[in-house]
Amino acid sequence: MLAFIIRRLIGAIPVIALVALIIFCLLYFAPGDPATIIAGDLATPEEVQRIRVALGLDQPFHVRLGIFLLNLVRGDLGTSIFSNLPVTYLIGQRLEPTFSLGALTILLSVVVAVPLGALAAWRARRAVDRMALVISVLGFSVPVFVVGYLLIWVFAIKLAWFPVQGYTPLSNGVGSWLSNLVLPTLSLGMVYIALITRITRASMLEVLSQDYIRTARAKGLSDRAIIWRHALRNAAVPIATVVGIGVALLLGGVVVTETVFAIPGVGRLLVDAILRRDYPMIQGVILLLASIYIIVNLCVDISYAIFDPRIRY
Amino acid sequence: MQSSTHASATEMAPATSPEPERVGSTWGPFLRHHGPMIFGALVLALIVAAALLAPWLGTSDPQKLAPAARLKVPSALYWFGTDALGRDLYSRVLYGGRVSLLVGLSVATLAMLGGLVLGLLTGFFRQVDAVLMRILEAFMAIPAILLAIALIALTRASVENVIIALAIAETPRVTRLVRAVVLTLREQTYVEAATAIGTPPLVILLRHIAPNALAPLIVQGTFICGSAIISESILSFIGAGTPPSVPTWGSIIAEGRSYFQLFPNIIFFPAVFLSLTVLSINLIGDGLRDLLDPRLSREL
Repeated sequence: MLAFIIRRLIGAIPVIALVALIIFCLLYFAPGDPATIIAGDLATPEEVQRIRVALGLDQPFHVRLGIFLLNLVRGDLGTSIFSNLPVTYLIGQRLEPTFSLGALTILLSVVVAVPLGALAAWRARRAVDRMALVISVLGFSVPVFVVGYLLIWVFAIKLAWFPVQGYTPLSNGVGSWLSNLVLPTLSLGMVYIALITRITRASMLEVLSQDYIRTARAKGLSDRAIIWRHALRNAAVPIATVVGIGVALLLGGVVVTETVFAIPGVGRLLVDAILRRDYPMIQGVILLLASIYIIVNLCVDISYAIFDPRIRY
Repeated sequence: MQSSTHASATEMAPATSPEPERVGSTWGPFLRHHGPMIFGALVLALIVAAALLAPWLGTSDPQKLAPAARLKVPSALYWFGTDALGRDLYSRVLYGGRVSLLVGLSVATLAMLGGLVLGLLTGFFRQVDAVLMRILEAFMAIPAILLAIALIALTRASVENVIIALAIAETPRVTRLVRAVVLTLREQTYVEAATAIGTPPLVILLRHIAPNALAPLIVQGTFICGSAIISESILSFIGAGTPPSVPTWGSIIAEGRSYFQLFPNIIFFPAVFLSLTVLSINLIGDGLRDLLDPRLSREL
């Protein structure tokens, strides 16, 4: 098992390297010239040329790629054009809010969606099932910022249960940290809950029609034991897969949610970097988020062995 | 509700759900089983009509500034109110719909075409497969919306660039779907027979394999259309989308952000149009899947 985990971790390195290469090529071959944009509309050609040399943009492709990859291996993502600070330092300052929001959303979504999907399959075509269907159709159709503003309007402005916007660090106390994160978590979780509910229901429906479930029922096990112990465990592999794939939706959603709720996280950093055309910053944040996605899906791969002992590595 | 639960049963449980009842000669069963899809089609038709016929539906110039009429609440004169620059929101929402619908339709078409060509090639020619799928897997490791953000950030803001960026971000997933269909079809006896009588590979690919990939492709295309409309609104919302001169639902919401607490109508109307459009497209997609292939499960 340990050997497998190490092997998979090493296997993830080329994928991350390829992602880095793609992001680098996008920046390199993009029609826009960063130097011109950084210099602004009023800059003289000399100024543009000076910025180009300072950023190393006058070097040929292979030299720039080499420098980029070498720095990447040393954990250096370059320097922000806007603030002149290291990209890794700026990202590091923003990690806590984003991780708090992401972790809470995954936790909430799994805790809500898996039982909901399981119940919907068990009570197929009944009220619970219809409710699950409505939730999942709406979750896929209503964009995350619309949910966010709706929640702010109802729960922060009208009812005043939660703060409208902002973030307080965990070190200031769990209470205020949590109350700031309730609405962002709910709005970010909508589409994720929809996704996990759907796949849980589908996977459970398939398992519940198996012979061993009929056997379990025939030998007099309670419904509760059948659903949670026998069926859910066998339905777990596709659910875990979708929990991993769905992180892609979360990463896009985090960017929007942090903007709606004024949370100073990595997503907000990306939005600001886009507005300022801060290329090294954009490159760094996207590389970080893509790496998180790859690593989460690696963990999902490893989790298969826990859910299904037949899977041996 | 009967029909919608039925739809969900077939779409989510390919192996266990009962066969959908045959559509008879009367319209009754069809309407009952495909109610949500028909509802979606009607709503979408209304929104498309409103966007196309915007100039004749009592709108004014969506870009016209009226400093005296800033931040008005909905009234007989300004049906949806006005924004911070005094621009008529009703006109902006209707004209904004043109961009959103254009983006959705174009991205779906481009991604389907690109995915079809790449999927046929990778599925049928093993040499292409090894190289191309590695590259596409790396592309898929970057969440689609982030890839689109990166592409847009590098180019000038324009509707065309938004369409191209989103199409590039969606194509790898379509490729994978088409490739999966081709891989199963390639082993079928009728393909073997066609090869045996000397049919050139390109003819086999176009005449015998491609048509079978169309049904899942169309269903997938519907969902891409919906998600592209959401993605476009997200891009416009975070300022990486269309230029300020083109109103879209996402950019109207972004501009209304600062006034949201006092004037929620600025966000409310584009948000409702946006959500209804995507909802109706998704309902059509669910219905099409049941019609075209009940065993097809949702590809995400």
